[in-house]
Amino acid sequence: MSKIKAENVNVYYGSKQALFDVSIDIAEKEVTALIGPSGCGKSTFLRCLNRMNDVIEICRVEGSIKMDNLELNSRKLDVVRLRESVGMVFQKPNPFPKTIYENVAYGPTIHGIAQSKEEMDQIVETSLKKAALWNEVKDRLDEIGTGLSGGQQQRLCIARAISVSPEVILMDEPCSALDPIATAQIEELIDDLKKEVTIVIVTHSMSQAARVSQKTGFFHLGKLIEFGPTDKIFKNPDNQQTQDYITGRFG
Amino acid sequence: MNNFKQNLLKKRYNAERRFQWYGKIAIGLALSFLAVFMFQIFSKGYSAFQKTWIVTEVHYDKELLLIDAESPSKDDLENADYYDVAYKAMTSLDPRLTEEEDRQLIQMVSYKYETEVKDLLLKNPDYLGKIVPIKLTASDDVDQVHKGNYPRDIPEKNRRVNDYQLQIYDMLNERGDILSEFNISFFTSPDSREAELAGIASSFMGTVFSILVCLAFSFPVAVLAAIYLEEFAPKNKFTDFIEVNINNLAAVPSIVFGLLGLGVLLAVFNLPRSTPLVGGITLSLMTLPTIIIAARASLKAVPPSIREAALAMGASNMQTTMHHTVPLSMPGTLSGTIIGLAQALGETAPLILIGMVAFVNTIPGTPVDPAASLPVQIYIWSESAERGFVEKVSACIMVLLAFLILMNLAAQIVRHKFEKKWS
Repeated sequence: MSKIKAENVNVYYGSKQALFDVSIDIAEKEVTALIGPSGCGKSTFLRCLNRMNDVIEICRVEGSIKMDNLELNSRKLDVVRLRESVGMVFQKPNPFPKTIYENVAYGPTIHGIAQSKEEMDQIVETSLKKAALWNEVKDRLDEIGTGLSGGQQQRLCIARAISVSPEVILMDEPCSALDPIATAQIEELIDDLKKEVTIVIVTHSMSQAARVSQKTGFFHLGKLIEFGPTDKIFKNPDNQQTQDYITGRFG
Repeated sequence: MNNFKQNLLKKRYNAERRFQWYGKIAIGLALSFLAVFMFQIFSKGYSAFQKTWIVTEVHYDKELLLIDAESPSKDDLENADYYDVAYKAMTSLDPRLTEEEDRQLIQMVSYKYETEVKDLLLKNPDYLGKIVPIKLTASDDVDQVHKGNYPRDIPEKNRRVNDYQLQIYDMLNERGDILSEFNISFFTSPDSREAELAGIASSFMGTVFSILVCLAFSFPVAVLAAIYLEEFAPKNKFTDFIEVNINNLAAVPSIVFGLLGLGVLLAVFNLPRSTPLVGGITLSLMTLPTIIIAARASLKAVPPSIREAALAMGASNMQTTMHHTVPLSMPGTLSGTIIGLAQALGETAPLILIGMVAFVNTIPGTPVDPAASLPVQIYIWSESAERGFVEKVSACIMVLLAFLILMNLAAQIVRHKFEKKWS
C-alpha cells in the first residue's frame, strides 16, 4: 500500500534546479532507502516530505507530493500538523541542550499529547524503550542530553521523533557520524520500527541500504534513475548507471 | 640535509622568534601605559580617602546658647543659637589672639563647623552645660597641609595658609589634636563647593539610577528587535537597510544622542531636566545598537541543527525561537548588555547636554530627582582649582573604575554560569 506518492517533483535553489521530475511511491510500513552520490538530491527530496525546505528561503518546490491523499506541497497545508505525523532524524545527532527527559517530552508537550505527568512519564518511557535507550538512561533522565555518546544521542533523537507517534520517519544519513557498533544498533532499531512506521532513509552506505531497506531508489544528478525492490536494485538493476554505482565504479 | 635547506629552516625559526618578541613588546607597552595611568590615579587619589579633623573643646554654655528653659526640649536645642559657642570653641585654641587672628582661626575649619557643633549636642543632649572635646572638619587648606601636599618653605604671600595658621597647626599637631581618619563623608555626602565637604553620594546614586533606567529601556527593545531581525524578518533590501543603520548607529558620537535627548525628551516630552530618568533614556539610545548587535551575533551562533530539530518536531517558528534559540543565546546577549551598560556608565557628553552637569547638593531618592553622575562629577571637579578637588577627581575615577570592573566581572560570571548549564 502506498503511503506517500510523489509525482513530477522539481526543486529549485534560486535558479539552480536540484531535482528533475522525481516520481516515487513510498510503501507503508516499509523501509525505503535513497542512495546516490553526494549532491544528487536525495536529501533535498527527503526534506520535501516534511517541508523542511521551507526553512531555505531561496528553495522552491514544484509538483505533487501526496500522503494518504493529502497534498503536502500546498500553501494551505499546516506544516506543524504535518511535522507531527512525519518525524525526522538528522545526519548529526542534534539533541536539545536540555535533559534527556525534556528532549523526549518536548514533542508531546507542544502538541498537547499528554494530559498528565503520569501520561508524559509513560510516553517518555515507551519512546526511550522503542529507541533501545531506556536501560542505559533510565537512572539519569535529568542529565543533559548532549552529554551522551554519539550513538546514544542519535537514539535519543529517534526517541524524540517517535514520542509523538508519527506515521512516517525520515532519516537523513542517521549513521554517518557513528561508529560501527552504534550503527548496528540503529539499524536493528530501524528494523523494529518498521512494524509500526513508514521509514525513508537516505544513506551513503550501500551495504546499509541493502541491509535495512525493502525498496531502494537511486538518485543521480537530481534525477531518480531507478527505483524498485532492494534485492533487484542490488542484484540485477535495469539501468547501467545504477549498476556502475553499486559496484563502485563511480560516486 | 643540504645547506640551503638548513638555512631556510633557521630563517623560519628566527622569524617565528622575532614575531613572538614583537607580540611581547606590544603587550609590555600596553601594560606599562596601564601601570602609569593607574599609578597616576592612585598616587594622586588615595589621600582623598583620608579626612583631616581638628580636635578642640566646646563648652555648651546655656547662656551663650540662649536657652532659658530648666530642662530644654529637643526643639529648644534645635532652635538654640550656636554661633557664639562654636566661635569660642575655635578661638579658645589661642587665648592671646587678636581681632584679625580669630578670623584666620575660624578659616582653619570648614564653614559647616557651627552645624557640627550643633549636631554633637543634638545627638548627646546631656552635654548641655559641659565642656566636651569635639572633632571639627578641617578646612581644605589645613587638610592639604596635613597630607603634605602644600609646600611650606615658600614666601607667605604665595601660600594659602599663612604663618599664623601654620603655627596653630603645628601646635595642634604636636598635641595630637589633628586626626586623620577614613573619609566616610566622601561616600555619604553630596557635592559641595568646599572640597573638604564634597562627596560622591549624589553622583553615585545618579549613576545607579541612570544605569537602571537605561537597562529597563534598552534591554527589552534591543532583544525584541534582535530576535525579530534574526529569526522572523525576511531577508530583503529593507532589512539590509535596517541592519546597516543599526551598525551606523553604534558608531554615532555619543554627544549626538545628547542633542537628541535635549531636543526630544526635554523639549517635546517635557521630562524633568537634570534627572537620571532623562539621562538613562538618552544613554539607552546609545546602548541599544550595542545590545542589538551582541544579541544578533549570539542568536546567529546558535547551531542551525537545534533550530532544525525543533522545527522537525513540529514546533512553530515562535516556539523554536522562544524554547530553544533565545535561551541558548542569552549568555552572549547578557554579557553584551553588561558591556553596553559599562560603556554607558562612562559616558559624559550626552549627560552634560541634558543638564546632568548641574551642581546637585542633595542625594536623589528616585530617578526623577536631579542628580549628577560619576563621570560628570569627575568633569565638574576637574574644573575646580582647589588642591582638594584634584585628589577627589582621582578618587572619583577610582570609584568609577571599580564600578566598571565589577560590571565586567558580572558579565564574565553571567556568561560562565549560563554556558555551563547548556553544555
